[in-house]
Amino acid sequence: MHPAFSIIFFTTAAGAGYGLLFLLGLLAPSGALPDSRPFAIAALVLGLGLVTAGLLASMAHLGRPERAWRALSQWRSSWLSREGVASVLTYMPALVLALSWGWLGSEGRVTLVAGVLTAVGAVATVICTGMIYASLKTIHQWHNAWVVPNYMAIGLMIGAVFLNALMHPWGGGSPEFDVAVALIIAATILLKEGYWTFIETRPAQSTPESATGLGRIGPTRFLESPHSEDNYLIKEMGFSLGRKHSTRLRTLSRVLGFGVPLVATALAALAPVIATPLTVLAALSIAIGMPIERWLFFAEAKHTVQLYYGAQRV
Amino acid sequence: MTSLPTPTANAKKLGLVVDLDLCVGCHACAVACKEWNSGGHMAPLTDLEPYGRDPDGVWFNRIHTFEADADDQHIGCGTSRTTHFPKSCLHCETPDCVTVCPTGASYKRAEDGIVLVNEDLCIGCKLCSWACPYGAREFDQDVGVMKKCTLCIDRIYNKNLEEVDRVPACVMVCPVSARHFGDLGDPDSNVSALVRERDGYDLMPEMGYKPVNKYLPPRPKKVMPVAIEGGRRELEVSNDNALLNWVDRLLSR
Repeated sequence: MHPAFSIIFFTTAAGAGYGLLFLLGLLAPSGALPDSRPFAIAALVLGLGLVTAGLLASMAHLGRPERAWRALSQWRSSWLSREGVASVLTYMPALVLALSWGWLGSEGRVTLVAGVLTAVGAVATVICTGMIYASLKTIHQWHNAWVVPNYMAIGLMIGAVFLNALMHPWGGGSPEFDVAVALIIAATILLKEGYWTFIETRPAQSTPESATGLGRIGPTRFLESPHSEDNYLIKEMGFSLGRKHSTRLRTLSRVLGFGVPLVATALAALAPVIATPLTVLAALSIAIGMPIERWLFFAEAKHTVQLYYGAQRV
Repeated sequence: MTSLPTPTANAKKLGLVVDLDLCVGCHACAVACKEWNSGGHMAPLTDLEPYGRDPDGVWFNRIHTFEADADDQHIGCGTSRTTHFPKSCLHCETPDCVTVCPTGASYKRAEDGIVLVNEDLCIGCKLCSWACPYGAREFDQDVGVMKKCTLCIDRIYNKNLEEVDRVPACVMVCPVSARHFGDLGDPDSNVSALVRERDGYDLMPEMGYKPVNKYLPPRPKKVMPVAIEGGRRELEVSNDNALLNWVDRLLSR
């Protein structure tokens, strides 16, 4: 699949924003976060900013962005519509949380209710995002049980790393929280490796033989293209990533997106004196590494339609 | 509404039957489709840079060509079959291209099963084209909406046309009658009879979309393999001409 910048930015940034809002929603009422208005405002602006920037970027992907509001109507059947509804609904408790905790500094009942609802909305929205991809039977690399857990874990992981990088400068960090963040990163690594192993080892069901029905004659090969120039189908769904590039980019994403954040966060727990630079390093590294991971999620996805254009497997 | 219509027992299922045994790959169906639909229900079928360096345009019908081996036992010249393979929207009974649509633009008609796009509602998110395994939908980047085959809805119900012409443009134009149009929900229709007699099949049944359009397989042919000798044959030079032998020795040194 063609890795469109707008969608890569949207799924990464909004996922991270919802991960951060999820943590803020649950931790703010409990008093576990630094008691500081600048911290609260910085964290909320980052969370809501990532979500808002992501949603705006997703609209840039549309052919008719001015009609985007129509996407809220078909939530009965469409995961994309459900995602839209969930994201709009999540703004309501998130803005209440921002007022009661960020503005008034309250840890009372309003903050608690708004926080829990924000966390629920964040989880629901990210599930919908994952399901948009996981529900597409046409793309083997997306239509599997690894996709939604990965979307959830990666959103939570980036949110946790960003939150940790904010907490230490405000004196609110702790080795215990560093360990919790490191465990989240480690669990996410297992899920991502599980996904990569799955797409490497489990072949898609469809073949050129089933796509054309000519399997009844014998092994089927693509002989002649229907058109000499690339059409929409090839430009949008014919993206093909070379093996060498795939390996290199996976290494880059493993190192920057997972390895460096894990090691830096673990070191921060061991050496609290330099925890601030280490957790900021983890956040910067993950901010570069995760878009590479998301780029690969699209670039390594092979649409079934490629079987009509010469692919022997998808 | 992008939920699928509730299936009823005697529902019409209008669609095409494509005979792969007859198709000669002339692309007339694709051209007639482009011509009719450029002014039809989904018009325009935008062409960008049609005479330029990188022409790109919307088409609803494409003719691919595949080669399938007759059988593994007779590898050699003359065993493989070349099959021209026209492909357009299959107007599936349970297609995800309809249900994934977030706006209600993509819909399946209850009365005849035709899958259409309401261009006034489409936001151009392209998700329906991702959900189609057959590549039936093409995005019109100039208008910013998705386009697809309408089964020539503006021909098949068009009272201004002679009754004989009330068929999709691709069916009308096919010089070898490899394309048939009819109601596949009616077991007594001409198309249903063809599917029964010729063992018509679905493309990618594993997707579970239940395509309405069916394909008739190429008829079996007697395989007459011509053996291809293995190895590279050396040019044998046997010559009594002393001069040529000397040149040969010189060049072979």
